[in-house]
Amino acid sequence: METTTILPVFDVDTVRKSFPVLEREVNNQLLVYLDNAATSQKPQVVIDALSHYYSNYNANIHRGIHTLAEEATAAYEATRDTVRDFINATSSDEIIFTRGTTEGINLVAYTWGRKNIHEGDEIIISTMEHHSNIVPWQILCEEKKAVLKVIPINDEGELLMDEYEKLLSPKTKLVSVTHVSNALGTVNPVKEIIAAAHNAGALVLVDGAQSSVHLDIDVQEMDCDFFAFSGHKVYGPTGVGILYGKKHILEEMPVFMGGGEMIKEVTFAKTTYNTLPYKYEAGTPNIADTIVLKTALDFVTELGKDLIRNHENKLLEYATGQMQSVPGLRIIGNAKNKVSLISFIIKNIHHQDIAVLLDNQGIAVRTGHHCTEPLMNRFGISGTARASFALYNTKEEVDRLIKGLYKCIKMLS
Amino acid sequence: MNEYKTIKEREEEIIDEFSLFDSWEEKYEYIIDIGKKLEPLEDKYKIGENIIKGCQSTVWLTSEFKDGKVFFKADSDAVIVKGLVSMLIKVLSGHEPDKILEAKLDFIREIGMMTHLAQTRSNGLLAMVKQIKNYALAYKSVDAA
Repeated sequence: METTTILPVFDVDTVRKSFPVLEREVNNQLLVYLDNAATSQKPQVVIDALSHYYSNYNANIHRGIHTLAEEATAAYEATRDTVRDFINATSSDEIIFTRGTTEGINLVAYTWGRKNIHEGDEIIISTMEHHSNIVPWQILCEEKKAVLKVIPINDEGELLMDEYEKLLSPKTKLVSVTHVSNALGTVNPVKEIIAAAHNAGALVLVDGAQSSVHLDIDVQEMDCDFFAFSGHKVYGPTGVGILYGKKHILEEMPVFMGGGEMIKEVTFAKTTYNTLPYKYEAGTPNIADTIVLKTALDFVTELGKDLIRNHENKLLEYATGQMQSVPGLRIIGNAKNKVSLISFIIKNIHHQDIAVLLDNQGIAVRTGHHCTEPLMNRFGISGTARASFALYNTKEEVDRLIKGLYKCIKMLS
Repeated sequence: MNEYKTIKEREEEIIDEFSLFDSWEEKYEYIIDIGKKLEPLEDKYKIGENIIKGCQSTVWLTSEFKDGKVFFKADSDAVIVKGLVSMLIKVLSGHEPDKILEAKLDFIREIGMMTHLAQTRSNGLLAMVKQIKNYALAYKSVDAA
């Protein structure tokens, strides 16, 4: 008997129906939302889960002996387990809830950094870092008289790995690099970066703000020491993020903020601290958004990250081809390995003018330096326009963007 | 020499011109056009202290106090912003500090460009209006002294 296997398909029309905002009109036209690298839109299940929490089991977590507190605590901890699986961490104790990627990076800088970075030590970052992965290390280096070194890139927007290896030395204590560039889309070879850093005796923090929504994250396989990302870029709510750290490193690290939840025992003479992960979660956390982050991650996992990626990569390929035909348009960031994001400039046209005229056509893109000023300086530009694609974007929307760009050029030249 | 018109009269002129436009395209084409026609600011004025830095584009604004009136000149690297600045200057330049400080600038709303004045638009238009009024305030105190 013949058997047929039905391959899973990614039906973008059905997926779109899960996102109510996509039905919205902006300036009398159906919204085309291409600012996903800044934040993603939220599916109805996420919106409903927030309302459900507040309507049914809003309570402060961990210390309550009543039903609501127990339900809220269970849901909160369920998110921790889901995140553990989402990034394949060994233990839920390695998952620390933060406000977002920026707080995660700062947490490491202020705790691990202050304890372990000394005068003359070196921290390596890259040219394509977001300001959030530059400034915390600058502050630390200034305080400790340590040295910040920067991995250069080529004109395509790829890290120069030979140069990176030359920067590594016994003085290197930390390498902190982005997994995916928010301004170029470049996917960095983090596994290679981490292996080389470990050989030199340095730890590695990976900024996963842009990668966690597109790529499969496996912190064990990557072997990173820290991994930080934000919920709102993975279809979850704003105000909740994750810092992953290897357990033995987190255990050795000094505490960050003092307050409730992070303590074991307090006397005026001495306070002892709670175990992981609570040691780093002082005060009442963002309970609602943390609980709902699970809904968002489950949504992505159920759709299938590989199917999503396949869809997004097709969009990237199509959009890249279409954009290359637009006169005067130059794509900034042409790495071989990219996520579905295109940064571009158009000859003799300011990126802000492009954004204003696209907005009038209902198309949302981001423009400016994307919080990567040193990177813009590397390319000798003041900023770019950036179209970033998510699982709900379509080929038709790419066409609207291209048509919109032709209109911009016509009106502006 | 242009004949003297009050701020309100100049606002009315702009509103009248915009009333001829049916679509957003026509409005923006007009703004782009006056942006392009705005006399470029001489390089000596394109200095740090004249920059009103929005997140996205750079705007330079300089002023001069002559016969009790304030005159403004400006430039921007983005043409739509330049057109908007050009309109602001057309309305506000050449008046006494008090008149500038009193100006409500209702024409921005009337011509449907209010979004550009919103705090959330980091294009510097709001900062520009503030800076123009700051100049007026400064000259007013100089004049009174």
